[in-house]
Amino acid sequence: MAARKISLNLKIWRQESPDKKGAFEQYRLEKINSDMSFLEMIDVLNERLTLEGREPVAFDHDCREGICGMCGAVVDGIAHGPEKATTLCQLHMRHFRDGQTITIEPFKARAFPIIRDLVVDRSAFDRIIQAGGFISVNTGSAPDGNAIPVSQTKAELAMDAAACIGCGACVAACPNASAMLFVGAKISQLALLPQGGPEREKRAVAMVRTMDREGFGNCSNERECEAVCPKSISIRNIARLNREFFRASLFSDENG
Amino acid sequence: MKLDPKIPDGPLAEKWDRCRFANRLVNPANKRKYDILVVGTGLAGASAAATLGELGYNVKSFCIQDSPRRAHSIAAQGGINAAKNYQNDGDSIFRLFYDTIKGGDFRAREANVYRLAQVSNNIIDQCVAQGIPFAREYGGTLANRSFGGAQVSRTFYARGQTGQQLLFGAYSALMRQVAAGKVTIFPRREMMDLVLIDGLARGIVCRNLVTGELERYCGHAVVLATGGYGNAYFLSTNAMASNVTAAWRAYKKGAGFANPSFVQIHPTCIPVHGDYQSKLTLMSESLRNDGRVWVPKKKGDNRPPQDIPEEDRDYYLERKYPSFGNLVPRDVASRNAKEVCDQGKGVGETGLAVYLDFRDAIQRDGLDVILRKYGNLFHMYEKITDQDPSIQPMMIYPAVHYAMGGLWVDYNLMSTIPGLFVLGEANFSDHGANRLGASALMQGLADGYFIAPYTIGNYLAETGSGPLTVDHDAYSESEREVKRRLEALLANRTAGKQGLRTAADFHRRLGRILWDYCGMARNREGLEKALSLIPELRQEFWDRVTVPGSGGELNQSLERAGRVADFMEFAEVLVRDALARGESCGCHLREESQTEESEALRDDEQYSHVSVWAYNGEEKPAEMHKEPLVFENVTPSQRSYK
Repeated sequence: MAARKISLNLKIWRQESPDKKGAFEQYRLEKINSDMSFLEMIDVLNERLTLEGREPVAFDHDCREGICGMCGAVVDGIAHGPEKATTLCQLHMRHFRDGQTITIEPFKARAFPIIRDLVVDRSAFDRIIQAGGFISVNTGSAPDGNAIPVSQTKAELAMDAAACIGCGACVAACPNASAMLFVGAKISQLALLPQGGPEREKRAVAMVRTMDREGFGNCSNERECEAVCPKSISIRNIARLNREFFRASLFSDENG
Repeated sequence: MKLDPKIPDGPLAEKWDRCRFANRLVNPANKRKYDILVVGTGLAGASAAATLGELGYNVKSFCIQDSPRRAHSIAAQGGINAAKNYQNDGDSIFRLFYDTIKGGDFRAREANVYRLAQVSNNIIDQCVAQGIPFAREYGGTLANRSFGGAQVSRTFYARGQTGQQLLFGAYSALMRQVAAGKVTIFPRREMMDLVLIDGLARGIVCRNLVTGELERYCGHAVVLATGGYGNAYFLSTNAMASNVTAAWRAYKKGAGFANPSFVQIHPTCIPVHGDYQSKLTLMSESLRNDGRVWVPKKKGDNRPPQDIPEEDRDYYLERKYPSFGNLVPRDVASRNAKEVCDQGKGVGETGLAVYLDFRDAIQRDGLDVILRKYGNLFHMYEKITDQDPSIQPMMIYPAVHYAMGGLWVDYNLMSTIPGLFVLGEANFSDHGANRLGASALMQGLADGYFIAPYTIGNYLAETGSGPLTVDHDAYSESEREVKRRLEALLANRTAGKQGLRTAADFHRRLGRILWDYCGMARNREGLEKALSLIPELRQEFWDRVTVPGSGGELNQSLERAGRVADFMEFAEVLVRDALARGESCGCHLREESQTEESEALRDDEQYSHVSVWAYNGEEKPAEMHKEPLVFENVTPSQRSYK
């Protein structure tokens, strides 16, 4: 389909700093090329605001090819916008109508405080990984790569889980602001692989406890996380997380 | 500037052993007395910080993103090379070394590249142990695939996300050290200056990107793993925040900058489609295994591709390079694409694209086979361009991808500033004038996991663990200079000047100059033109750039403007380097240096050296020094792909 030019009404959440009150502001954009990405559309707006002497909209972004997990906003109520399995940077304007009003808000969750406009603090995810999202192997102490055979099926399932980019859309989409999909993905990846075996119980308990402490909510099986995940991480990983957690809590010495 | 590469004596295969044996060690109990600053958390930075923490040093790790997990190593698709010879197809450490040094067109140091091949195997072991889900064979062993520039199958991969998975491995090791209290992370920090005390690298000044405050950090050694400078060209496959600032600040404090004109231009990217475009997206070059590259024979033939009959198509790579065809190396493919477009045969709206056509492969193998191989790439292409490559050919065009040049380092990865170590893409060390596919990940992790932790230890043992403080005049001086610069960026708008333009606008214009005059093919006239245009543009930038907001807050415009300001200075040295290198080599063609058949002609007589640029004050141009390259184990040969 050839590129079109569309006009848009934007309603964007503006908030100067964490402690100031935020509000929606409205902007009108004309002649937006439908081949543009969503972030390029915000670039165009920001160039205009800058030249008009106004403050541009702050938003996180980096790789712009859907892999770094830095970008993300809630577009018309959906984290990362209306396209399935797509990060905001890979969403293109051809999916919007001429004259459409688009509402853009930051990812909102208690555990993700707003820093400015669309920029939020997701460092809670780093702290969850610090609690156990690793295999304890110092540099230099690894056996030969082929000394640890892994079945192709297991490797593929582990890869499905490992594809998580840590963007936080799952949290933003969840009515409880739960981080179960993020945590489940990491716990699944490492529980599926033999290398993750020795720390399996300890990891599950520590990561879940940290998740709770960081202020994420519980999972009530709404499946909203899976629906918005740009990497299509399955909620089966949450089932695996629950299994790992119960296994560790009920049958392990490491639940102390 | 003194350039002692410090290559250990002895036969090639023993050099690294000898180096490690000669290195002084820091007693395990004393390691906690040393502080090390690591800037950047990509493969090189995260692996170095984690490993140094494991060894017992106190590490501070800095990154500009909101989390160390987002560094741009994450975007690498294809894979990582290692000389495991798991496929029993004749690979060896020497063969990986040879392929890498030949791929770099004999413009890298033998000893460094050999060591890279030696530690490549340890990297795979380490990554497997960390739980990286590499592709597997049915029996559970590791799978390999072949990649450009090699005749053996030595590339390990995790789907099309190898960089992501390797980075998550290094990140998880880093997070483990954070939990252990050995590493402290400082995200959303940008290094603004390097601090030298008594000639040694002892600290950095950072801008806290959330509050805008300047912060001081001191350490017994400083490690830069801050990536490449491809964004000097404005459009590249790099992430938006990738920059030259940290390396450039180090250069201005006395670190030599090596081979800045060695920039890799990748042939298979999605073409530019508008002025608003912010970045270019790479499509894995594995596509050239089955896709055929062509343009219409006639200029300005704007029929849809499917209506252009066979006799009106020019499969120019197959025609010119019958033995390699569509699989010629990256530089040859890129250059030829530019050439046909310059002749007016380019396709698409801008005329700056060529077709990559899967029609014949689909007819031969069936669509399902092709989709199994390239489905994710087809999907990605369709998402961006709204065109389905299984129905109409892809359009591709070259884009700036990787910087082989970088800060000069010796065998120990130390720059010309004692105590400043440079790792990964930020240094110049291993890829010569051209990097082979699946070698960037290998080098980043080799530097971080297996090389720097040893050589930094030796440096620390030599210099001792005296107490450090940030209450030194050198920090105040750095801070003053950083502040002055930030204020200068904000000044035009504060003064209410008219006719101002944004930093992005200046960045775009700088990129255009570099792309037009210092891209795949260069000549003296064009480079000299660029050398007159860049200072003019730089002056205009400082006179007319507008940056909203203030320095005391989260201000993404100010961040961008600061990076563009450094690109403006760096670009001049890049072009100067291109001008000084009168030969064609690796990724670039110097038009004055061609064979009779119009192929790149290297000139070993005059240019078998590393060009190292030294800062010479604001008034005088940078000064070039040379590190001669000596080949004792391989004989440089001219590449031919006919």
